[in-house]
Amino acid sequence: MIRAPRWRIPVASLAALAVASSLAACGSSASSTGSSGSAGTYTLWDPYPQFDGASPWGRLVDGCGARAGVKIKRTGFDTSDLTSKALLAAQQADAPDVLVLDNPVVSTLAEAGVLTTTDENRINTSRVEPNLLAAGRIGGKTYGTPIGVNTLALFYNKKILRSAGVDPASVKSWAALTAALAKVRAAGKKGITFSAIGTEEGSFQFLPWFWGAGARLTDLSSQRAVSAVTLWSDWLKKGYAPNSVINNSQTTSWQEFATGAYAFAENGTWELANARKAGFDYGTLAIPAASGGTAPAPTGGEFVTVPVQKDTGRYTTSDKIVTCLTSAKNLLATDTALSYVAPTKSVQAQQVGADPELTVWVRAARAARGRTGDNLGTAYPKISKQLWGAVQAALTGAKSPKDALAAAQSAAK
Amino acid sequence: MNTTARMPHADAAPSGHAPVAAPRPFTGGTGRPRRGPRSRQWTAWGFLLPVVAYLAAFYAYPLYRNADLSLRDYTVRSFVQGGAPFSGLANYRKVFADPTFVPALEHTVLFTAVSLFFQYAAGLALAVFFNHHFRLSTTLRALFLVPWLLPLIVSASTWSWMLNSDSGVVNAALGWWGAGPVDWLTSPSWSLVSVTLANVWIGVPFNLVLLYSGLQTIPGSLYEAAALDGTNAWQRFWRVTFPLLRPVSAITLLLGLVYTLKVFDIIWIMTKGGPSDSSTTFATWSYRLGFGDLLPQFGPGAAVGNLLVLIALVFGLLHIRAQRKQTDS
Repeated sequence: MIRAPRWRIPVASLAALAVASSLAACGSSASSTGSSGSAGTYTLWDPYPQFDGASPWGRLVDGCGARAGVKIKRTGFDTSDLTSKALLAAQQADAPDVLVLDNPVVSTLAEAGVLTTTDENRINTSRVEPNLLAAGRIGGKTYGTPIGVNTLALFYNKKILRSAGVDPASVKSWAALTAALAKVRAAGKKGITFSAIGTEEGSFQFLPWFWGAGARLTDLSSQRAVSAVTLWSDWLKKGYAPNSVINNSQTTSWQEFATGAYAFAENGTWELANARKAGFDYGTLAIPAASGGTAPAPTGGEFVTVPVQKDTGRYTTSDKIVTCLTSAKNLLATDTALSYVAPTKSVQAQQVGADPELTVWVRAARAARGRTGDNLGTAYPKISKQLWGAVQAALTGAKSPKDALAAAQSAAK
Repeated sequence: MNTTARMPHADAAPSGHAPVAAPRPFTGGTGRPRRGPRSRQWTAWGFLLPVVAYLAAFYAYPLYRNADLSLRDYTVRSFVQGGAPFSGLANYRKVFADPTFVPALEHTVLFTAVSLFFQYAAGLALAVFFNHHFRLSTTLRALFLVPWLLPLIVSASTWSWMLNSDSGVVNAALGWWGAGPVDWLTSPSWSLVSVTLANVWIGVPFNLVLLYSGLQTIPGSLYEAAALDGTNAWQRFWRVTFPLLRPVSAITLLLGLVYTLKVFDIIWIMTKGGPSDSSTTFATWSYRLGFGDLLPQFGPGAAVGNLLVLIALVFGLLHIRAQRKQTDS
């Protein structure tokens, strides 16, 4: 009986909308003035939430700020969060002064006009290895400098290989690796574990095999690409690799290897510290290319970038901060803390001198390629999505490697 | 409403109507009789304002932004720099034409319908079971709430460990029975089953609690009367319990529907919607489009999100209509 009159609802919602849009207006005007804090405080965002202010990285950031004569306010985000946070901040003209960013995202943010080029921010990239700088170069311009790289190699369990009669030094081609897996399997042990999950991680792990076959990202359906997918799907069919790889992240794949039941694992530099704690003898070898040699693995790791600011005068100080963070001495400390390979030859040599075990990783880093290189830029995410989709379709048996890749190529165009 | 409508009419009356109009100028208030309802209305708006502002800021504005996102052609560049061109329903057309659309719709419908059915059936069975008080019934009932209290990340990760093809406890148990291992999370034909199973487990306590409280409101005298009429337990359930539980059931199912439609975390943690999109629902698809890839596609992502909102809205309206019919009759 006491019903609200019908007009009230539309009126109330109109009022609500009006309030909302005026709020939105306040919101954007307020934040554009609040950009980046005061002149003496610079902001830095990084994907290292695991490091607090007292960690070596945290102290390095503070020290570089002090040297540049400013105070740095540092915030660590989860890697997957950082892209959208940076995009939103840039939309509100509130981007940080210095942004440490996962390398395949650099092209996306550069495309969005969020990042300054090295012409504007004056960062010197001359000492960086060209293949490691590639992920930050789009259309002939450079958008940052790598702070360190990580890449993939094969970890192996020495005890299992010994009992199966496999000499790790012989694993130099796909045929040799598959033969080694057969021997391990015959000895009753598990073969190899990797990550073929339906995310960027899956593509990251597949690329060494894809590139190692000589395939190119511009043509997913080539015969060479098919041979790489076939290699993996045959391993699954023969039981050399567990079915769980289809859902494995790199972390879960590592956990499988850490049980000590697997002969090989494809994983990254960042697991070295965990490998030492695994409680069994392990070794590392570079991922072999199809017919021998080292396969190019994709480069992982972050770039230090300088986002666009309204007040372009801030770039001078930002440049000082970036130069300090990426100076030879600091790179060595940072990359040791992150368990990364340094992006410059001289620091790489120092790293190997201090820890000969890193030789394999430095070699892998020298052979590595940027995923967004070849001027793919923002075309890469689209291709990558089709690539991991095709790998999953082939591994689950839903499609043959050939059909899966043909479908992927036509969708990626 | 009626009084205010009449007032201007009275004002417009020629001043020659002395007996009626005369006192007003002297009291200085044509406003006086008016002030009452109008100021009351202002006060009402004053009280309403906090709620309206809250609704506007946290409901209307996000919805408006989402609609706006879905109607424009956003690239990362125009997202940051502004000036995304209005593209009408292009994002929706793109989503409808996407090869993921039909499978995602099927998975959403299957996931929701199967989850709701089993959650409700199990919840009702347990509610009836616990309605007979016995020793430890309260403790047991409390234990059944555990899935609800656990953070989703914990329960979803636990499920994904249990269902692991090679080292999962479920396949180990199947092995003892002599059954072959099932690729719960890595086979396109099982992944949707697995995430639905986990979702049912998580949803049972919610149904149990609501239906149990519904059972408490059914007077015991009805059961006594039914017993005197010589009904058996089965008849008592179908003739007394079930019909009287209908309003509670309806709201339980509606809330369950809204929750289930937007279930995202369980699927994302367990399978990422894969392998090959075999467990992708609208919720995970929308997330993947907007945030899951290196290059975000905000427009299509928002369009898929809006489709979900629309579906939930349709069922909400159906529920309100059904309820109104019930109270009217």
